Amino acid sequence: MKPSAPSLLKATFAIVQKDLAAELRSRELLSAMLVFSMLVILIFNFALELNIDVRKSVTAGVLWTTFAFAGTLGLNRSMAVEKDRGCMDGLLLAPVDRSAIFFGKAISNLAFMLIVEAIVIPMYAILYNETRIFQPEFLGVLLLGSIGYIAVGTLLSAMSVQTRTRDVLLPILLFPVAVPVLLASVKASGGIITGAPFAEILTPLNLLIVYDIVFIAISFMVFDYVVEE
Amino acid sequence: MQSKPIALTILDILSVISLGVATYFALVFAPTELFMGQVQRVFYFHVGTAWVGMLGFILAAIAGIIYLINKDMRWDRFEVAAVEISTMFFFITIVLGSIWARPAWNTWWTWDPRLTTAAITELIYIAYFMLRAGIEDPEKRARFGAVYTLLGGISVPITFMVIRLFRTIHPVVIGNESAAAQGGFSMSGDMVTAMLVSFAAFTIIFIDLMWHRIRIGGLQDKVEELKLKVSM
Amino acid sequence: MIEVKKLVKRFGLKTILRGLDFHVEPGEFVALLGPNGAGKTTFLRILASLSRPSMGSVKVAGYSLPNDSANVRARLGVVSHMPLLYPDLTAEENLHFYAQMYGLANYQPRITEVLEMIGLEARRKDLVRTFSRGMQQRLAIGRAVLHDPEVVLFDEPYTGLDQDASEMLDEVLRSVAAKGRTVVMTSHDLARAEDLATRFDILSRGVIAASAKREDFKDSNLLDFYKKSLES
Repeated sequence: MKPSAPSLLKATFAIVQKDLAAELRSRELLSAMLVFSMLVILIFNFALELNIDVRKSVTAGVLWTTFAFAGTLGLNRSMAVEKDRGCMDGLLLAPVDRSAIFFGKAISNLAFMLIVEAIVIPMYAILYNETRIFQPEFLGVLLLGSIGYIAVGTLLSAMSVQTRTRDVLLPILLFPVAVPVLLASVKASGGIITGAPFAEILTPLNLLIVYDIVFIAISFMVFDYVVEE
Repeated sequence: MQSKPIALTILDILSVISLGVATYFALVFAPTELFMGQVQRVFYFHVGTAWVGMLGFILAAIAGIIYLINKDMRWDRFEVAAVEISTMFFFITIVLGSIWARPAWNTWWTWDPRLTTAAITELIYIAYFMLRAGIEDPEKRARFGAVYTLLGGISVPITFMVIRLFRTIHPVVIGNESAAAQGGFSMSGDMVTAMLVSFAAFTIIFIDLMWHRIRIGGLQDKVEELKLKVSM
Repeated sequence: MIEVKKLVKRFGLKTILRGLDFHVEPGEFVALLGPNGAGKTTFLRILASLSRPSMGSVKVAGYSLPNDSANVRARLGVVSHMPLLYPDLTAEENLHFYAQMYGLANYQPRITEVLEMIGLEARRKDLVRTFSRGMQQRLAIGRAVLHDPEVVLFDEPYTGLDQDASEMLDEVLRSVAAKGRTVVMTSHDLARAEDLATRFDILSRGVIAASAKREDFKDSNLLDFYKKSLES
């Protein structure tokens, strides 16, 4: 019955499982993200007059803007839950490596983001009769972009919830450093929708992969400094 | 109260002189550019300030890494100084660039990689100050600041590469023939001299300002310390 | 069991703990008393490995902090004034999660056992958000002792509890948490501390100003001792 430090994988899995179980019950975070996404698309519809010609060039931009905004809502909430009732201390008190906390939170945040995308994308397709967004390449870019965005977002949300201005700070911190991921994703997925040659998509795709690898590595390395006193 | 070091006073004087010299080289010594005329002279200060702005940004990221390793508050002061001064210089760069862009490209602003990257860098700096302002504990403020400069330092080059995929009209100044068509120009020997003088002058001014800012940071801490002693 | 020597903790320029020495034998129940801002919570956070000492050595259960923190954490239970529980999970799911985080094998019987000890067996399937403050605090104790720690730390466990809930907590604290373990508790509530603890340490101005065992009080009581220690 003696405790022994669980493996990184087990601890990460435990955190993910806990987050998903809590969210499945309350659905606070997902419903907020979804409703918000719908509203953003509605506003874009009228602000940009999304007729058939405009749509071809802006679909990728509209979707990514929506996901980026909805993403900050989810990231903020997911970390605030840990902070508010001292649960972050509870996680830190467990004999697990800090990277398990980072990966656990990042994977659950990614799961929330992907769930929202999995609902918003088909809905967008129905609303605008836009089936080109179901191409596997498009979904691949969506996944890569979400990974990079969530990796750096999880790190920054762990920082922002510890500040006085936590309600407003996350997007301000996150957007300027996430610009590469958002722009590369828009470029790559926009190219896929307009049927650009693969060579044109390859460069943003490569940059996206570079960003993902670099920022997962950095976030994981500095996470200790963000949660420990 | 520690008095101002003599070397710093000398550097102050040197800064003023070098600013004067650089002004002379930019406004008088350098030949007038054929196509753009006098407005091109703004270029010398534009690249000079851009250079120290970038230098400060890189130094801040490095200071951040060193701080995270050894937790010495002096590196935090260095980092803040570098970010503050770079923010100012980058702002000047952008303003000077706009002044130049108006006649050259017929617009104050264009979403070109360099301009956009400069704007995003400014936004990262501003976010950095907002982050610091929201934290009471100086040690935590230093840690978070260091992490953020590090993230910024890595994302900015990638931002630049990504935006380049979109499109550009910004001239690549040196050694690019086709640049002339987009408002660039080929530089004569005297122009290169004026540019190098400007680089040197702004480097000296940058070092001088850094020294002042770090010194003020140290004095601020001392004041806080004395206040605490009084209240005990 | 706990061995602290010359502990210094600074937050920036503020020194909270100034060369604190502290020693706890196995099985002792130490109440850490002191005015607000004396550094009780800071000290407890250091013992809990949540905060790093600026200077000095800290040993808990034979392992030194912060180098051996994983070993310390495995032997340590913490109850703070915040419940450290997830409101959208049931009591059982919360314990289940922490059992995994502590790497316990075959934890189901242990969870049942703990739930019985804290008297929440009947509510095991209920969401923590539906629990009263007192029930949450009992579950927090259950969470803290789940992995059968050698040392338990309490940080103001009575905050926000009414009379009845406090008495119930007393009961659980005595029978579940303190039994056969080494305990350090911070509290404002002198009467409760007097009931529970075997030793009383007064933390004032960043050091242990006085220490007395329960046997040492003959005619005098804890309140007199507390007042006297703070005056000197």
